[in-house]
Amino acid sequence: MVLAFTIAAVLWSLIGMAAGVYAAAELVWPALNLDFAPLTFGRLRTVHTNAVLFGFAVSALMGTSFYTVQRTCHIRIFAPNLAWTVFFAWQLIVIAGAVSLFMGANAGKEYAELEWPIDIAITVVWVIYGVVFFGTIAIRRIEQIYISNWFFGAFILVVAMLHIVNSLAIPVSAFKSYSLYAGAQDAIVQWWYGHNAVGFLLTGGFLGMMYYFLPKQSERPIWSYRLSVLSFWAFAYSYIWAGPHHLHFSAIPEWVQTLAMVMSLILLAPSWATMINGIMTVSTARQKLREDPGLKLIVLSLAFYGLAMFEGPMMAIRSVNIISHFTEWTIGHVHSGALGWNALITFGCFYFMVPRLVGQPLWSVRLANIHFWLALAGVMLYVLSMWGAGITQGVLWLSLDELGQVRYGFNEILAALQPYYLLRLLGGSAFFVGAILMSINLFMTISGQRTVTVAPPTTSMRSPAPAAGTP
Amino acid sequence: MNLMDWHRRIERHTGLLVFGIIAVTSVGGLVQIVPSLFQTSLSTPVAGLEPYPPLALEGRDIYIRESCSVCHSQQVRPLLAEVMRYGATSKAGEFVYDRPFLWGSKRTGPDLHRIGGKYSDAWHRLHFMDPRAVVPSSIMPAYRWLAERDADTGGSIQNRMRALQLLGHPYTDRDIYFAPQRLAGKSELDALIAYLQMLGVSRPEGG
Repeated sequence: MVLAFTIAAVLWSLIGMAAGVYAAAELVWPALNLDFAPLTFGRLRTVHTNAVLFGFAVSALMGTSFYTVQRTCHIRIFAPNLAWTVFFAWQLIVIAGAVSLFMGANAGKEYAELEWPIDIAITVVWVIYGVVFFGTIAIRRIEQIYISNWFFGAFILVVAMLHIVNSLAIPVSAFKSYSLYAGAQDAIVQWWYGHNAVGFLLTGGFLGMMYYFLPKQSERPIWSYRLSVLSFWAFAYSYIWAGPHHLHFSAIPEWVQTLAMVMSLILLAPSWATMINGIMTVSTARQKLREDPGLKLIVLSLAFYGLAMFEGPMMAIRSVNIISHFTEWTIGHVHSGALGWNALITFGCFYFMVPRLVGQPLWSVRLANIHFWLALAGVMLYVLSMWGAGITQGVLWLSLDELGQVRYGFNEILAALQPYYLLRLLGGSAFFVGAILMSINLFMTISGQRTVTVAPPTTSMRSPAPAAGTP
Repeated sequence: MNLMDWHRRIERHTGLLVFGIIAVTSVGGLVQIVPSLFQTSLSTPVAGLEPYPPLALEGRDIYIRESCSVCHSQQVRPLLAEVMRYGATSKAGEFVYDRPFLWGSKRTGPDLHRIGGKYSDAWHRLHFMDPRAVVPSSIMPAYRWLAERDADTGGSIQNRMRALQLLGHPYTDRDIYFAPQRLAGKSELDALIAYLQMLGVSRPEGG
């Protein structure tokens, strides 16, 4: 079942990245929209974010959380049938979501675009997921609940809370509803959701992954238990407050903006404490770090985690936000988190987990190393080009001439961004090619296993081992 | 070390851990969201603001369907250059009939909150059919098919207005009764342009 989630996550990462690369190409060559409604940038971008967020990231988290909770509780999963239900129902939800977005059923809230029937299905499946996960913890054979499970638990609980509150709506038809909240109030609720979906899904959930797979892969215990306790609770408390920094200088009350800015800065402390805890854990595993591409990916992802978690609070400062808001800088920031942190740590965990799940060594360590460098080059090119584009936009939009008039037309500035858009497309493509190499590598690892176990010794123990099918 | 001993109890008890997580993560939302939901200045319309008439409402729902808000913001910030470029700063009272809000988070294209009345309908029509014919450096997709589709093909305009009426938008039963007539013979492109031409025009005095 964990393997099923892994395969699903890899497939969704390819689909989601393909959509992303195509959307990036549309910004360079708008003719690629082909006058075909489902392929236009607006719809494709929404499919891209949904496929990587709910297809790739959530499938990866469900798989790794089930893997981790069984190993750290020393028990088989609680209600395996329910776990399989979660798998199939979730995949159906993501497929239905992608199809409905291509068709134009869109609730209009960023990262919560899916319409109400799918929202209800998500709620039901999420509750079942919670029952399986917490059920497994409840019947554990180890007295202490391992820290990974605190993070996975926070991810499950908080995402449920966010999803239900933000999605409340009055349905009109199967494909249309109107939000229960309006205008500025809707904005506050939406960014409480949007920011903390990032916080507890892309940060909290993936930290759960980190706390299990990093010590396992480096064969070192977590550097500081106390630091992990402190940073967990500080993270859980302070993240929730930071959402309205997405609404600086907007029509929401100023005290909400200021509070969000201050809490965003405070958030830097637990985030970096966690990063330091992780880096210190591997700091003595130098030999492993040189040889194991999976571990290299995880350590690199921690570096990107630290970068994104520094950049975020900086962008939440109102005076920096004047420049960064509404620009490509935001896109760069999201991708240094999503590609650099979430995707890389997931890839690292998969390189560790899949060989263990199928009892076979990784098909090609060399290919995994090539993937490492392609991913690093790709994400760097992506992030740097978006920094360049974002700062260009932020500064030029606000620049006034001696007479107090706007100095540059919007379209002049847009024209100056073209080289950055091309670089971003290159970076994204390199990252995508790396992910394709990983898929091939994992596929060969999995299928290598199949040829061995297909012929079990059934007839007689004395007969020589069946040669057919073995490599 | 007392604190750590205390923590050891939490991490040995599933229920305590679940309770602790919910308690700790609820505070921020309660403090920031609940007062805002009761703050009347956020839900009182500015003088002269009307709910979207049927054609503009249809246009707004097309704007949502096509995810226009991933590239266009509708939020003019109180910054000099921004007011010079787009117009008066956006006020909370201008958005009370916006479900959901469409402020956006990205300006690949320009802000649209004050777009209403800036260009003629004919300009918009030409721009949607072929953006680069009007703005050579534009990277916006063309939306030709909107001109070929009838507005409100699903025939749900009355249901949509009733749902909004339920949520407190001041539509009269007469408005709803005559809505299908207002959309008769109009294309989706007409509806979208009607929406854009309404955006930000009922701005408060002195804004």
